[in-house]
Amino acid sequence: MTSLLVIIVLVLLSVAIWQMTKIFDLTQVGNKKDNSQVATDNDNNIQGYLMFGFLAFLYIFTIFGLLKWGHLVLSNPASEHGSDYDNLMMISFAIIFFVQAITQALLHYFAYKYRGKQGNTALYFADNDKLEFIWTIIPVIVLAGLILYGLYTWTNIMFVDEDEDVMVVELYAKQFNWEARYSGADNVLGKANVRLIEGVNTMGVDMTDPNAQDDISTTELHLPKGKKILFKLRSQDVLHSAYMPHFRAQMNCVPGMVTQFAFKPIYTTDEMRQDEKMVEKVSTINKIRAKKTAELAAQGKPGLDPYTFDYLLLCNKICGASHYNMQMKIVVDTPQDFQNWLKGKGTIAKAVNDDKAAKAAQNAPVSVPAPAKKPDTTVVATAEATVVSK
Amino acid sequence: MAAASHDHDHAHDQDHAHHHKDTFITKYIFSIDHKMIAKQYLISGIIMGIIGVVMSILFRMQIAWPEQSFGIFKFLLGEKLAPGGVMRNDIYLALVTIHGTIMVFFVLTAGLSGTFSNLLIPLQIGARDMASGFMNMISYWLFFISSVVMLSSLFVESGPASAGWTIYPPLSALPQAIPGSGTGMTLWLVSMAIFIASSLMGSLNYVVTVINLRTKGMSMTRLPLTVWAFFITAVIGIVSFPVLLSAALLLIMDRSFGTSFFLSDIFISGEVLHYQGGSPVLFEHLFWFLGHPEVYIVLLPALGITSEIIATNSRKPIFGYRAMIASILAIAFLSTIVWGHHMFISGMNPFLGSVFTFTTLLIAIPSAVKAFNYITTLWKGNLQLNPAMLFSIGLVSTFISGGLTGIILGDSTLDINVHDTYFVVAHFHLVMGISALYGFFAGVYHWFPKMFGRMMNKNLGYIHFWVTAICAYGVFYPMHFIGMAGLPRRYYTNSNFPLFDDLADVNVLITTFAIIGAIFQLVFMWNFFTSIFYGKKAVQNPWRSNTLEWTAPVEHIHGNWPGELPTVHRWPYDYSKPGHDEDFVPQTTPMKEGEEELHHS
Repeated sequence: MTSLLVIIVLVLLSVAIWQMTKIFDLTQVGNKKDNSQVATDNDNNIQGYLMFGFLAFLYIFTIFGLLKWGHLVLSNPASEHGSDYDNLMMISFAIIFFVQAITQALLHYFAYKYRGKQGNTALYFADNDKLEFIWTIIPVIVLAGLILYGLYTWTNIMFVDEDEDVMVVELYAKQFNWEARYSGADNVLGKANVRLIEGVNTMGVDMTDPNAQDDISTTELHLPKGKKILFKLRSQDVLHSAYMPHFRAQMNCVPGMVTQFAFKPIYTTDEMRQDEKMVEKVSTINKIRAKKTAELAAQGKPGLDPYTFDYLLLCNKICGASHYNMQMKIVVDTPQDFQNWLKGKGTIAKAVNDDKAAKAAQNAPVSVPAPAKKPDTTVVATAEATVVSK
Repeated sequence: MAAASHDHDHAHDQDHAHHHKDTFITKYIFSIDHKMIAKQYLISGIIMGIIGVVMSILFRMQIAWPEQSFGIFKFLLGEKLAPGGVMRNDIYLALVTIHGTIMVFFVLTAGLSGTFSNLLIPLQIGARDMASGFMNMISYWLFFISSVVMLSSLFVESGPASAGWTIYPPLSALPQAIPGSGTGMTLWLVSMAIFIASSLMGSLNYVVTVINLRTKGMSMTRLPLTVWAFFITAVIGIVSFPVLLSAALLLIMDRSFGTSFFLSDIFISGEVLHYQGGSPVLFEHLFWFLGHPEVYIVLLPALGITSEIIATNSRKPIFGYRAMIASILAIAFLSTIVWGHHMFISGMNPFLGSVFTFTTLLIAIPSAVKAFNYITTLWKGNLQLNPAMLFSIGLVSTFISGGLTGIILGDSTLDINVHDTYFVVAHFHLVMGISALYGFFAGVYHWFPKMFGRMMNKNLGYIHFWVTAICAYGVFYPMHFIGMAGLPRRYYTNSNFPLFDDLADVNVLITTFAIIGAIFQLVFMWNFFTSIFYGKKAVQNPWRSNTLEWTAPVEHIHGNWPGELPTVHRWPYDYSKPGHDEDFVPQTTPMKEGEEELHHS
C-alpha cells in the first residue's frame, strides 16, 4: 500500500516537474533565440516575483506554525527558576522574531524590487562606515543585554550556596534505567563506587560508610513540593543526561564523576494535572490515543491506555540501543505525602543485610524445610536491629 | 612545478589543451591538475551526499511511522538490519551517526572546500596550479580511501559506528555498550584519521598557495572574498583538525590498549572494567575544539561563494569588503574559543559556562555584519536572478533564520532545556547544513561552465531551488516546536512517551517535506550529469564577472592560462563603476587616469 502511494507520488511529481519546465519554457517564447542559460529579463521578472511570494510564504508559514504548533511548546514551568528561564526565552524570542521579520523582509523585498532589467544600472556603493558602525553597535548592545541577563539567571540556577537548605538526592543512570537514592535523615549521601556493586547493592554504595546507613534507593522519584532539591548525578556505564523538561532542568551523568543540579518544585503532580493548558494537552493526547486504539482494535490488537499526566525524567544523551526508552516517573507530593511515601521505603543497608541473610539461609544446611519462612523474618528483624543500633 | 613547465607548449597552441602525454590514468585518475582534482572532489562529494541524504530519509521514515515495515528498508537494509522490513533500534542510531559524519565531513568539508578551494584558489589568484600538485593529488586519494573505509564500515557484522557523530566515549569505546562500537567504530576512527591527514594536506596547500602564488598586482586586499574565505577556512582547519586527530588516537588507545584517558569507574554487562581516572569530559573538550570550528570550516566557504555570486549577480560591489574580511577573521578567531557551548550541561564548572556564553554570543556580531552587508549589496542592484543567485539569497535567508536561534542555544541558561532536543537539530541544520548546502549548489551552478565548459539548464535550476527552499523550511521550522516541547533527539521512537503523542503528526509532516525535498534533488542530479555532456556550450565569461578565472580559456589546459599570467590592476568588485562602458570591469583592466581604486562614500 505504502509503496503504491510512493510510486503515485513520484509519478505525480515528475509530471509536475515536466509541467513546470514547460511553463517556464512557454514564458520565454519571446526570447526563444536566447538559449544561453543565463537569466534574461523575463527570468529576473518571474524569479523576482517568486522571491516576493517566498517572503509571503515565510510570513504565513511562521504565523501558521505559531498558531498550529505554539501550544506544543512547554509552558507553565514546575520549578522555581522555571519562570526566570521562560522569561529569558520569551525575551530572546521577541528579539528573534523582530529581527527575523525585518531581515527576511528586506532580503526578499530587495530581491524582488531590484530584479534586473537590461538598461538598468546598479548603484556603485561599496562602503559606508556609518552604516557598518550602526549594524555593529546594535547587535553589541542587544547581545550585551542578553548576555548580562542570561549570566545572571545562569548563576542563580547553577550555583547552590553551601548554607542553603536543600535536600540531597542522587540520580543514578545506567543502560537503560534510572535509580534514585535519598540521603535519609542525615541529608548526606554515603560514598559509592561502581566497584562496590554487588547483588542488591546495585548503586555500589559503600556500606562501611556511616553516612550510607540511612540511604534509601527507589525506582520512582518522589519530590516534596516547595523544597529545594540538590541532585547529585552519577552514571554506571556511559554518558547519560538527566532531563526533566517540565522543571527546565538537565545535567549530564558522567561515569567517574559526580555532577549536580538543583531546583525547587513548585507544583505537585496533582496541581499540574489540573493546570488549564495541561488539561487541554492531555485531552488532545487522549483523543489521539483513542483514535489509535480504534485502529488497533480493527486489526485485533490491544489498544492504548488513556494518558494521565506525570512528570518525567528522560535520558537525553545517546546511551545505546534502548536510549529511546530510558525514563523514570517523577511524582511531586506535598511534603507530608512525601514523608509518608519515604517512610514506607526500606534502606539500602537493610536490603543488603536481608540479601546476605537470605543467602546465608540458603547456604545453611537444610534441616527443617517446612517452616523456612520463619527464620527469614527473624533474620530480618535482627538485621533491622543492627542497622538501628549503628 | 610540473604544471608550469608545460605552460610554454600551450602558449603556442591552445587547441591542444590536453597534453599529448596525458594518459587516461594521469588525466582522470592520478591527476595533479587542480581543476581535475576539484572535479574529483565534487563527484565524490555528490556520491557521499546521496548516501547521506538517503540515510536521513530512512531514519526520518522510522521517526514518522515508528516500527512499521517498509519495502525500502527491506531493500536497502536487508533482513538482518531491518527484520521483516522494520528498522532495528541500533541501526537507527547507526544511520543517524553515519549520516552526521558523512554530511559534516565528507560532503560539506571535503565536498565543498575540496571542490571550490581547489578549483578557485589558483584560478582566482592567477596561479598555474596549487603550490604542490602532488600533495594535492595525495590529499584527494587519502580522502577517497577514507570514504571507502567509512562506507565499508556499513558492511561489518556488528554494524557501523552508532554512538552519534560526536562519538562520545564511553559509548564509543565499549562494544558492550552498543554493537556499533566494535569493528564499526574502529573503521570510523581509522577513516577519520585518514580524512584528517587528507584535510591537512589540502589546507596546507591552500594556505601556501594563497600566500606565495598570487599573480602580479594581486595584493591581499584585492583577493576575491571566496579566496579569503577558503584561506581562513584552511587556517582554521590546520589549527583544529589535529586536535581531533589526537582525540581519535587517545580513543584508539583506550579502546585497544587499555589506557584510561576518557574512561573511569565503569560497570557494564555485569562486570567492573579496569579503567580508572579518565574523563569523558576531556574527550568532549578535545572533540569540540575541532567540532565547533568545523561548523565554520563548513560555513565560511559557502559564505565566500555567496559573497562572490551576490556581487556578480547584483552587478554591484560587495558592500563593505573590508568589513567582510574583518568579520571572517573575527569569526575564525572566535570560533576557536567557543567550543564549550556544546558542553554547558556536561558537568564542567558552571563558571566556564559563563565564559563560553560570553564568547559565543560575541560571534553573533560579525555574523550580523555579514548578513546586513549581503542585504545592502542587493539594495539598488540590478539583480540577475540566475539559479546560483537564488541559492545565494536562500543561503542568506537560512543563515539568518538558523543563526538567530543560536542566541538561544549559545545562552547557557536557555540551553539547559533545549540541549540535545530537536531544537538543536533544527538550529544547526538551518545555519550550517542547509546554508552550506545552498553555498555548494550556488557554487556548482555558478562555476559549472568553468569546470565543464558547458552551462546547466537554468529552468531545472529554478525548480530545484524553489522546491528545496520550501522543503528546507518545511522540514526545519516545525522542528523548533517539537524541540521546545522537550522531545530529545536520537530517539528511535517516541511511542514510549504518551507525553509526545501530540507531536506525531508534526513528525509526519517533517518527514513528508524531507522526502519531497530529497526527491527533487534528482532534478539537480539530472541537470548536473546531463549538462556535463549535453549542456549548452559555455562562453568564456557567461556571468560577466570580474575575477580572473573567467579570463582563462573555456577549454582546460595545464597551467590555466596560455602565455603570460594575467596581471591584476584592481579589486574584484568593480561592478557598475561610473566611468566605464560595461557594468563590469575585470581585475585585469588597468586603472584609468585618475581613477580611484576603492570607492569610499
